[in-house]
Amino acid sequence: MSEHVTILGAGVVGLCVATELAARGMALTVVDPNPRPGPHACSWWAAGMLAPFCEAETAEEPVTRLGQEAADWWARAGVEVAHEGSLVVTLGRDRAELDRFARRTIGHQSLSRDALADIEPQLDGRFDRALFFADEAHITPRHALGHLRDSLEASGVAFVGISPATAGLTVDCRGLAAQDVLTDLRGVKGEMAVLRAPDVVLRRPVRLLHPRYPLYIVPRGDGVFMLGATQIESGERNRATLRSVTELFSAAYALHPAFGEAEILEIGVDARPAFADNLPRIRRRGDTIYVNGLFRHGFLLSPALARMVGELLLEGKTPEMMDENQRER
Amino acid sequence: MAEFYGTEVASRLMLGTAQYPSPAILEQAFRRSGAGIATVSVRREAGGERAGGAFWDLVRQLGVSVLPNTAGCHSVREAVTTAHMARELFDTKWIKLEVIGHADTLQPDPFGLVEAARILTEDGFEVFPYTTEDVVLGERLLEAGCKVLMPWGAPIGTGLGLTNIYGLRTLRAQFPDIPMVVDAGLGLPSQAAMAMEMGFDAVLLNTAVAKAGDPAAMAEGFALGVKAGRLAFEADPMEPRDMAAPSTPLIGKAFLK
Repeated sequence: MSEHVTILGAGVVGLCVATELAARGMALTVVDPNPRPGPHACSWWAAGMLAPFCEAETAEEPVTRLGQEAADWWARAGVEVAHEGSLVVTLGRDRAELDRFARRTIGHQSLSRDALADIEPQLDGRFDRALFFADEAHITPRHALGHLRDSLEASGVAFVGISPATAGLTVDCRGLAAQDVLTDLRGVKGEMAVLRAPDVVLRRPVRLLHPRYPLYIVPRGDGVFMLGATQIESGERNRATLRSVTELFSAAYALHPAFGEAEILEIGVDARPAFADNLPRIRRRGDTIYVNGLFRHGFLLSPALARMVGELLLEGKTPEMMDENQRER
Repeated sequence: MAEFYGTEVASRLMLGTAQYPSPAILEQAFRRSGAGIATVSVRREAGGERAGGAFWDLVRQLGVSVLPNTAGCHSVREAVTTAHMARELFDTKWIKLEVIGHADTLQPDPFGLVEAARILTEDGFEVFPYTTEDVVLGERLLEAGCKVLMPWGAPIGTGLGLTNIYGLRTLRAQFPDIPMVVDAGLGLPSQAAMAMEMGFDAVLLNTAVAKAGDPAAMAEGFALGVKAGRLAFEADPMEPRDMAAPSTPLIGKAFLK
């Protein structure tokens, strides 16, 4: 098939779709007003946890199933994937939270205090118990985005700032910017921070369960950690509040007091695009295919959605996440 | 039917709108609960006056009365400001007043609560104060102009149920004509049923439904619990007694040895 495809948006969805279609030999143009991946895209602020099992705590079934494609996909695309698993812990009095989390997820083993110390020595003595999700992984989103973009460009894909006059077949991956057309899309605000804490050594993402301030910490290497993330029903894409940041920092400090000496490198905020059930959608309108609503699962679900777009365009296979039912409100 | 500030409400279950896995599940939970009133945390969810627009629309589309709250407010001034924001957002005089006195237990600040209730009542609000089961505090709130009381069952989010049954009974008995809603601390439908059996007019909950594995099923469970408890209250239940009392007459036996 030699039809030319225009991809709108070079965030994680657009770049994954482009990578998938380019690999299948399609001619592409990627349109994004910004020349490089950067803070304008919500995926810039992502954690990069490939944690399909942990996400099952609140996400619906397809997230866990489709998310299991992610780690292999990213590795095939040439992105460094840390197969270190992930940890879930809780402070003493919130132990019931850990039991609930364990009940609602699969793919974990319960670690005793000593077993936790074996794999994450700096957490020795801080938690009596932890859940270990051995098959989960993580990546560094900003590296991943840059890598996909550079690889695409090297393979001859054109990146342009404005849409060509005759776009033809278009895959719209603009995230929240597509709200002008996808009226049932909403924003869910998230705030995060990046810290440098050279004294802290963690090999894998750690989630701290707390009834009010759930937190995760993802190691980025070189003593840098990403701290996330709030989840607020608001489309606001700026303005990190003191309350949110205080909650994130307090939780980090509770996880390990050495974070008290951390240098604050960055405080970030953006809004995730989501539909009412927080599941992604592929939607077709004439010559345009919309891929959107990845919520907090951009890096986890883009690979599966990119595959589905490829199968739709080249094999005519109707994707599982296609909504023909026009569920817009 | 329950009546709050002159408004009749068909359902005696009020449901919060926070912490659901997704708006779609929130909507399913409301549908199955038949709840007549939705509480909304203006502060936590808004993130700026207009930015929460999509979520506010969703709440309005539930087709139930909206009771905005001042959750997360730790001072009188904060609570009053939030109440004004809520009035503008939802075009309602109703406000569920929370003034938190202790960050860890989320226990109400009784002094701030009375002061904020007075200020808001004078300002034309119809205040639903989130309070403890303390009778004196209840009385002060009524003096401040409240016509509804919302005593806690247990601290917010604990799911412990009714931790001071004696206190709640006393409060109910002291102010028999004041509509009262047991708010916070409920974890199971049986606890909601118990509150209703004791003659409370309604219950309000959020976490127990939102954090259940199947929120919609739990919402329906609570609806049934509330209904069962209310029916029992209206039916005037029998008094408990120490001795067994055979339900079929035992003819020919001696009366009591």
